[in-house]
Amino acid sequence: MVETNNISIEQIWTLLEAVKDPEIPVLSLVDLGMITGVAFVEEHVEIKMAPTFTGCPALAYMQKQIKNQIEKNTGIPTEVIIDKETQWTSDNISIAGKEKLKKFGIAPPMKKACGISMQSLKYVPCPYCNSADTVLRSTFGSTLCRAMHYCNSCKQSFEQFKPI
Amino acid sequence: MENNIAIKELILKMADDALIIGHRNSEWTGIGPVLEEDIAFSSMSQDKIGHAWALYMILQEPFGDIDADTKAFNRTEKEFTCCHLVEYPIGEYDFSIMRHFLMDKAEYHRYDLLTQSSFLPLQHLSKKVKGEIKYHVMHAETWVEQLAKGNEESKARIQSALDYAYPIALSIFEKSDNEEFLKNENIFGGEEALFNLWHEDVKKHIEHYGLKMPSVTDMNKHYGGRKGYHTEHLAPLLKEMTEVFALDPKAEW
Repeated sequence: MVETNNISIEQIWTLLEAVKDPEIPVLSLVDLGMITGVAFVEEHVEIKMAPTFTGCPALAYMQKQIKNQIEKNTGIPTEVIIDKETQWTSDNISIAGKEKLKKFGIAPPMKKACGISMQSLKYVPCPYCNSADTVLRSTFGSTLCRAMHYCNSCKQSFEQFKPI
Repeated sequence: MENNIAIKELILKMADDALIIGHRNSEWTGIGPVLEEDIAFSSMSQDKIGHAWALYMILQEPFGDIDADTKAFNRTEKEFTCCHLVEYPIGEYDFSIMRHFLMDKAEYHRYDLLTQSSFLPLQHLSKKVKGEIKYHVMHAETWVEQLAKGNEESKARIQSALDYAYPIALSIFEKSDNEEFLKNENIFGGEEALFNLWHEDVKKHIEHYGLKMPSVTDMNKHYGGRKGYHTEHLAPLLKEMTEVFALDPKAEW
C-alpha cells in the first residue's frame, strides 16, 4: 500500500464520512455509496464519485466539499473525478444509511429487485409511525431523488428516496 | 472518421431532443393543473437537461467539441438537430401529456438499446439514464390512462391529442445517412428498429386504455429536424432560452 504523509487509504475513507449530502445532511456520501474509488496516484489522492442522478445540481458542490475535506486534513492535493463507468443505484445505500434516512423522516428505497412499477411504489411504510396504510402522492418530489407519499394513520406527508 | 461523424450525430440529436423538451416542459413550472404536476414536470425537465448536459460532455471529452454550455446556448437554429415533436409549444395539458408519453417511450427504448452499445461512453450513460426515464414513462402512462378512463370529455381530449401528436412523433425516427455505420459497428440498432419497438409498446398501451391508434400513411411528413430544418416554433424558443447567456457569453458564473 502506497502511503503519502503517513496517511492511509482507510484514513481517507474515514475523512470522507464527514462529507454530507447537501440535500440530506444526515447522510454522508459514503453512506450513499457514491464513493466508488479512493487511491493514491503519484503525489495526490484520487477519489471517484458516481452521481445519484445525471442532472443532480449538487454535483460540483460535492466535488468541492470532498476536495476541501481531504486537502484540509491531510495536506495532500486531491482530485475528485466523476465516475462515469459505475452506475450508481439506490441499492448502493448502506444499511446504516437507510437507517439514517428513516430517522430523518425519509422512507428508504426498497431493493431494486422488488421491481420498479407504479404498483410496487405505492406501498411504502411511513418513516414516522411505520404504518403500511400510506398512499403515493407523486413519483416526483422536492429533489430529483424523492417521491411524495401520505400516511393515512398519522396524517402526515412524507418523502421516500426513490428506488432507482 | 466516418464512424465518428455517425456517433457524433447520434449523440447530438439525443442531446438536442433532451434539451429542447426539457426547456419546453419547464414552462409548466408554476402553471400545472395541480401542485404535484408542477413538481413532476419541473423534475422531469431537470432530468432531461441533465441528460443533455451529459451527452454534450461526451461530445466534448472524447471528441474535443466545445463545452456543454456553449453547445447548448450558442448555436444557430440550423445547427440544432432536435426533432419537430419537441419544438411545439406546450399547448393544452392533454397535448403536453401525450407528447410526454410518446417521447419518453421512444427515449426509454433508445437508451435501452444503447445499454448494449459498443461505444462505451454511451453505453455507460444509457445504463444510468434508462432508470431515470423509467420514472418519466410511469408518470406519462399514469396520466394517459387516467384521462382515457376519466369522463367522456377527458377521453375525447386525450384521443384528439393522440391523433394530433402521433404523426409529429414520427419525426423522432428520421434516419441519418450515416446510420449503417452505427448498425455495423453495434453502436446503435438504428431508427427503424427503434420505431418498431416504440410502435409495439405504444399500440399495446393505447389499446389497453381504450383509445384508438391513429392510422398514418405518411411517415416522413414531419421530418427535417435531424438535418437542421425546423418548425417555426424553435427560433422563438432558442431566443428565450439563450437570452441570459447571450448578454455575455464569456461571463464566469
